[in-house]
Amino acid sequence: MKLRAVRLLAVVSVPALVLAACGDDDDDDAGSTTAEASAEEPAVEGDITVFAAASLTDAFTALGTRFESENPDASVEFNFGASSALREQIMAGAPADVFASANTSNMDQVVDGGAAADPQNFVTNLLEIAVPAGNEGGVSGLDDFANPDLLIGLCAEEVPCGEFGREALANAGVTPSIDTNEPDVRSLLTKLEAGDLDAGIVYVTDVMAAGDAVEGVEIPTDQNVVATYPIATLTDAPDAEGADAFVEFVLSDEGQEILQSYGFDAP
Amino acid sequence: MARRVGARRASQQRVPWWILLLAAVAVAYVAVPFVALLQRAPWSDLGDLLGRSIVVDALRLSITTAFAATGLAMLLGIPLAWVLARTRFPGRSVARALVTLPMVLPPVVGGAALLFAFGRRGLLGAPVYDSTGFLLPFSMWGVVAANTFVAMPFLVLTVEAGLRAADPRYEDAAATLGASRSMIFRRITVPHAGPSIIAGAVLCWARALGEFGATVTFAGNLQGRTQTMPLAVFLALESDRDAAIALSLVLIAVSLAVILPLRDRWLTA
Repeated sequence: MKLRAVRLLAVVSVPALVLAACGDDDDDDAGSTTAEASAEEPAVEGDITVFAAASLTDAFTALGTRFESENPDASVEFNFGASSALREQIMAGAPADVFASANTSNMDQVVDGGAAADPQNFVTNLLEIAVPAGNEGGVSGLDDFANPDLLIGLCAEEVPCGEFGREALANAGVTPSIDTNEPDVRSLLTKLEAGDLDAGIVYVTDVMAAGDAVEGVEIPTDQNVVATYPIATLTDAPDAEGADAFVEFVLSDEGQEILQSYGFDAP
Repeated sequence: MARRVGARRASQQRVPWWILLLAAVAVAYVAVPFVALLQRAPWSDLGDLLGRSIVVDALRLSITTAFAATGLAMLLGIPLAWVLARTRFPGRSVARALVTLPMVLPPVVGGAALLFAFGRRGLLGAPVYDSTGFLLPFSMWGVVAANTFVAMPFLVLTVEAGLRAADPRYEDAAATLGASRSMIFRRITVPHAGPSIIAGAVLCWARALGEFGATVTFAGNLQGRTQTMPLAVFLALESDRDAAIALSLVLIAVSLAVILPLRDRWLTA
């Protein structure tokens, strides 16, 4: 009984609320693969710390693994969280090399604060309604978000997915009956996966990442909102060279291919 | 008065300098971040920031739920502390370890575990929801449940330690005079454990007031219903730092207003 409880706890994906939560240590296989670094690029070394929007969690983790296998002397560490939380950490002097934001306004504030320069848009993302597998609430569109009998979750309006979600609801002329405003998109997704909510607005990529646990309900183009993701090397990057190499990799055909396999669109 | 001053002076002479030094470092370690917070506070906009409905709602909810959780923790925790301190049964050490588990568990994990238990598809939550439609998460009671889960161990441990330190002979005497165990518990044990119960309740209340992880994971975040001060502070930190600092100052002021009088009255021997 006790063992089972422990295993349950181990399985749950805990939303990345902890401010200091830092990337995955799962880079054992990085060194084992032989170097395939292309001849024209100098080999990248050292630890590269990437602060990235929560919605990039799966795509960037895969991207980082590929980057490490091509640059065996480099190691990429991620800090995933709400773009606004990451912005605050960067402005407070967190030792990060790269910032990838889920909207342009958080990046603009970092640039205005002098912490980054020349951001480049690297992907776009669309919104989608996510419902638990089986769609017991019978959700068919944004209109259902006004139903007080359904358990409705959005991202908090302080974070990008909450801002975009509210924009989409406004486009549809719907006043939502909200039950919770989650601190980032992954914690909203976790509650939808577990069936604790009937519907929420997340990114298309999140619905793909959740697999069979959630179903997506499309939001029509005239109501939908396009999220543009910018990326930049930070001015005070401890490893500026590594940071530039990672940004370049994200923008390369290979990086774009990985991102698109997770449902992102080219900018 | 004069005698107390003299006594204090005498005791001070016996304190080695290195103890005083380390104690001073301890005070400074806690004080410096508070001073830094005060120094960053937006004093001129404070009135305006504190009048916002989001602050008023969060403060009311935080205070109400912290008191409700403390009441619930006392109702369940005092009997538990007594059982742990005064009785022997197989598995007692396992029970004690289990009760203190929420202290070491990261609160977000505690919140997730609460969802597995009391969520709409949870172990106990599913049958209750299916038959009555009652749901703990996303309600004020969900906040109370999360607070109680995280804060009750502080009360149980404090009261248990108090009971262990108390002289059991009063209880023995009452028993020889024919009082039932239930009567002894109500008339002897609880009054004798008074200071430790108050101390435990204060710790429990303070922990509940500051609770974040379990609350946001289990109860969600909605202004007026489940958004407590710590949740409001966390989100404000990302959008409006001045508001976040103002909220934190209110939280500190409220906890000091409750804890300081109690400390003077009960916690200093």
